[in-house]
Amino acid sequence: MTAVDVVTPVDTSVPTGLGAPVARLEGRDKVTGAARYTYEHTPDGVLYGWIAQSTVTTGTITGSNRDEVLAMPGVQDVITHEQAPHLEDAEDGELLVLQSAAVAYRGQPVALVVADTFDTAREAASALTFDYDVGPGDVVLGTDHPSLYAPETVNAGFETDTSQGDVDAAMADSSVTIDETYETAALFNSPMEPHATVATWVDGELDVLDSNQGTSGVATTLATLFSLDPSAVRVRAEHVGGGFGSKGSARPVVVLASIGAMRTGRPVKVAYTRQMMFAIAGYRTPTISRVRLAADSEGHLSALSHEAYSHSSTLQEFTEQTAEPTRHLWAAPSRLMTHRLARLDVPTPRWMRAPGEAPGVYAVESAMDELASKLDLDPVELRVRNEPEVDPHTGQPFSSRHLVDCLRRGAELFGWEGRDPRQGVRRVGRWLVGTGVAAATYPASVMPAGARVTALPGGRFEVGVNATDIGQGARTVMAQIAASELGVPLDLVDLHIADSRLPTAGVAGGSSGTASWGWAVTKASRQVTELLAQGQPVPPEGLEVVVDIAEDIATMSDHSRFAYGAQFVEARVDLDSGEIVVPRMVGVFAAGRIMNARTARSQFAGGMTMGLSMALHEHGMLDPTQGDYGNHDFATYHVAANADVGSIEVEWLDEEDPHLAPMGGKGIGEIGNVGAAAAVANAVAHATGIRVRDLPIQPDKLLAELPTRY
Amino acid sequence: MVSQVSAETSPPNATTGTGANPPGVPTTTITLDVNGSPHRLEVDNRTSLLDALRERLDLTGSKKGCDHGQCGACTVLVDGRRTNSCLVLAVSAEGSDVTTVEGLADGDALHPVQQAFLDRDAYQCGYCTPGQICSTVGMLEEARAGMPSHVTTDITDGEIDLDDEEVRERLSGNLCRCGAYLNIVPAVHDAACAHDAATEGATR
Amino acid sequence: MKTFEYERATDVASAVAILDRTPNAKALAGGTNLVDLMKLGVERPDLLVDVSRLDFGGVDELPDGGLRIGAGVRNSDLAAHPLVRTRYPALTRALVSAASGQLRNQATTGGNLLQRTRCTYFMDTTKPCNKREPGTGCGAIAGLSRELGILGVNDLCIATHPGDMAVALAALDAVVVFETVDGEQRLPVDEFFREPGDDPTRDTNLPSGALITAVELPALPVATNSTYRKARDRRSYAFALGSVAAALSVDDAGLVTDVRIALGAASPVPWRARKAEDALVGSPATPASFAAAAQLELAAATTTEQNAFKVALLTRLVVGVLSELAGLDHEADDTGEGVDPSPFRPTGANGGHRHVAADVEPATAADTEAGSDTEGSAA
Repeated sequence: MTAVDVVTPVDTSVPTGLGAPVARLEGRDKVTGAARYTYEHTPDGVLYGWIAQSTVTTGTITGSNRDEVLAMPGVQDVITHEQAPHLEDAEDGELLVLQSAAVAYRGQPVALVVADTFDTAREAASALTFDYDVGPGDVVLGTDHPSLYAPETVNAGFETDTSQGDVDAAMADSSVTIDETYETAALFNSPMEPHATVATWVDGELDVLDSNQGTSGVATTLATLFSLDPSAVRVRAEHVGGGFGSKGSARPVVVLASIGAMRTGRPVKVAYTRQMMFAIAGYRTPTISRVRLAADSEGHLSALSHEAYSHSSTLQEFTEQTAEPTRHLWAAPSRLMTHRLARLDVPTPRWMRAPGEAPGVYAVESAMDELASKLDLDPVELRVRNEPEVDPHTGQPFSSRHLVDCLRRGAELFGWEGRDPRQGVRRVGRWLVGTGVAAATYPASVMPAGARVTALPGGRFEVGVNATDIGQGARTVMAQIAASELGVPLDLVDLHIADSRLPTAGVAGGSSGTASWGWAVTKASRQVTELLAQGQPVPPEGLEVVVDIAEDIATMSDHSRFAYGAQFVEARVDLDSGEIVVPRMVGVFAAGRIMNARTARSQFAGGMTMGLSMALHEHGMLDPTQGDYGNHDFATYHVAANADVGSIEVEWLDEEDPHLAPMGGKGIGEIGNVGAAAAVANAVAHATGIRVRDLPIQPDKLLAELPTRY
Repeated sequence: MVSQVSAETSPPNATTGTGANPPGVPTTTITLDVNGSPHRLEVDNRTSLLDALRERLDLTGSKKGCDHGQCGACTVLVDGRRTNSCLVLAVSAEGSDVTTVEGLADGDALHPVQQAFLDRDAYQCGYCTPGQICSTVGMLEEARAGMPSHVTTDITDGEIDLDDEEVRERLSGNLCRCGAYLNIVPAVHDAACAHDAATEGATR
Repeated sequence: MKTFEYERATDVASAVAILDRTPNAKALAGGTNLVDLMKLGVERPDLLVDVSRLDFGGVDELPDGGLRIGAGVRNSDLAAHPLVRTRYPALTRALVSAASGQLRNQATTGGNLLQRTRCTYFMDTTKPCNKREPGTGCGAIAGLSRELGILGVNDLCIATHPGDMAVALAALDAVVVFETVDGEQRLPVDEFFREPGDDPTRDTNLPSGALITAVELPALPVATNSTYRKARDRRSYAFALGSVAAALSVDDAGLVTDVRIALGAASPVPWRARKAEDALVGSPATPASFAAAAQLELAAATTTEQNAFKVALLTRLVVGVLSELAGLDHEADDTGEGVDPSPFRPTGANGGHRHVAADVEPATAADTEAGSDTEGSAA
């Protein structure tokens, strides 16, 4: 079992420098089926694991038919809390699988069945039944839920509550105010490749192939859980079929597979079913946002407030930072942003693309649109008038902020000028037509990362950086960065990624991957280049430099760093059915330097598509009687299909920002997903005159008020 | 391969099994022609064509995204028609000609659909891609045969004008979570053009 | 998936004989729903009788001008058949609105009639469901019911028949033909499907051990002016929230002379709206009469808070579809000047199709002030 290092020959006739539209290095492998994802590695003697899940919301396991299942032909092991090894706490309650008889949510892993074949494992797991002392289930989030509390911090370490000025007073004094509540449904990341692990123990060391967004973190977690020296754990993730945050840290699958392999002494592979993805893979919490805006008659905000509510499981605190983006977005002297969390008997929410920003900006940018309508002011103009000079929350200067330019350029591309502000008046055949706009923002951050660059005899370079390519194009961009810094063609760079044996690095997440890994690659490449320039000889084993950027990050200037964007959308609503379609989207972004024009465009558009999907399709339906997300498959949890996506135009500004990582990029993984849902909701309101304040917007929410066709 | 396992956590049934079908499980011996090569294998009746390809024949290009016909990642061509291989029992595919993504290229020369996907960056994570590509190959044949779709304006007309709208609808059985749709559509047009050009060349 | 024996049938008679004598045997055709449900543990047959290679005949014209459709005809082939497209366009429209291209290649005419509900409680063996496990209760009524039925439902079950094809067949007076050990039998689609009554486990009146061999469509002049409209949560590859199959003829005086209406995703059965039809014959073909007829049909609806919207949805769909079939267009009151009438067929700069191969060239920042690219087209 060896992970294959991908070194694809590169066509040297096309430009490959930083920014050039270089085709993905692994592209050929992906279109021919040669690229192997985790579950597609089948080591000799492999066994198949299948996860059995709790069928009650809370309770205690009192018994099971384990012996019967164990006796089934082909079943190698049935591991419940009574057989599982002890796990140490890795500061993630969800990962302490099979440690007790207690059930904390419906769908929680209660056993791993290990069998000779896939089909046997599945049937054995379905034959395995547990007796429970059934407990109560408390699963519905509300703004009056008794368990609501203010966590110490919210996700990514942001402040829970912040306040400036006096929002109540400003609301009372202002002639024009908005005080509305916006909700987003539970959203499931739903990468096309379900989470999977192939685990093998060799001489007390754990070797796993795992579908994740960062192998360093997963390896550290496994070392803690199994009380191993970190050097005794290796995690690789060569090809990952999407993650969108759901693979940002270890998930139960990697722990369960490791337990299965430990117990059987054989390699064990486990994959989530699509159904399991709705309980044990993470998701975006449902959110409730009360947004208050106060403005003068010219549209200048005097108050901006965002009170956010979300839920987490009883096993693990996770607080979506829903109001955090609002702190930095618009100027207003009085500001109040708060977060409250309810701990419910539900699966644990985690990161999903643009955590905080996706639901938070939906709320505040919907409210801004409502304010524009009230003021009879163009929504683009309203935003321009509330552009802050400095970060309104921190008072820091922005490293760069071209939001107004994005709005202006987007308006131009979209044909916004002369837009009729009246709602519900444009009709074409069966369709009511409207347009909407929203701003987008996402922080530009950097995480510690290491890298290793080795000059080899003969002029080749080996670059090791623990990036993970989840489809964003990290493999390609890291090679471009290295080649560019080393001053060599791409095909002289042998790249190694996604292996925890490489210098420690962070996840493909938070739009920080490229900046972080790329900085480390840049630093190492520059040092190697310098050594070579000094005439340092290249020994047979190569001239190696290993770097880390933690200290460099610490010296970064005191700026507020964000990427920005403007989203423009046309929506149409079918008068015969209330169905909503979005034939046209335009997104203009300012995200610093763009490293690869080809993959960047794909990533922006992919984010916009996911935003569209959030606005119209995605709806994790919590079953209040059963305690789970009842629509747990792709037939009932709808993500945008090809037919849902019309024209998408993507553009970015040529933004130079000297206050970022040396390559000058802000990160683009999430920004495309921010604001898109608000733009859709605003366009639907413009089309119909109906303001739906809970996503997704679907026919049942429009029909009662929708005008009739005849 | 020996792992260090303490006595109390030893598995009860540890054997040196081979992943073979367990005794007593009904099996059937089938023959399949996959990518032009005949295969004869004894399958557990429960095994899907997708699992037979992936787990038995090590043809892992066909992907498992949902295992229930709800995503299209497993799409292969069975006797030339695009098919969700996750919903086909291998035993029921006896005697079929199966083409997977691994069987599309002609040696080093990519199939025009594969080439178009590369050229248009019509994929990101790549997991839905083999299904998209096989689906496109099958879909283009369907369109050439004049088969109507949900968005075909005049269904009595046997000619299909394969515009963007037709492509989007006809490929909607292949979900892409990365959101590569906007590049898939022009890739399909490229492939259709390449095919038309080749056909024209051949008939000239 | 439970283990099962597998047998490939060699002819219809032997298939029926095996099905009849083997308790808990199932016929396997396209497998798109059966295999799906077997994986979930919902269906647990001991024996699969593979009828997918049997020759049930294709699509053949009957002497009276109707059509006989062999049970093994795939959905995609049925939709594409020239006689279906011209004489029964509602059937083609229904078929192509269903599932995906792949699934339509696999699903058969006979199998499609027997697909089970997609109610999430039925699909999940850990949940209560009277249809799957009698006596466990209906989880949906107090749980998730947004997608479920409002007509012909009861306290035991509010499942919907999930299909599209059968809705069109119901509107078009189709007859299901099946073989039993006692010989061939027939049931009109209307009588083939059954409401849950006191036994929600049975979706149809197909006798145990019987095998569907064909569907027959009668000669039906009104069907040439027929269509199918489906509302859903995304534009493709989704089950209906509500759907309507309808056929209409109107005389020179503007009065309805013949009409067929069936509603989908409304009921455990494809719902033939006979009350509405009866009310419409002889009435003026106007949106007002269409709406009144739909409301009459839907007056009997039993709704939950979550699916009450289906009354309005189905009413609008009926009015929209019948108005379209009556040739009533309201383009005159369009106010969206210069806007393309079909939202997804842009004809302007963005719309091109069949463009020549051109590499993706997102103009980079180096080219212009701003990096720009349209849909990858029009280059």
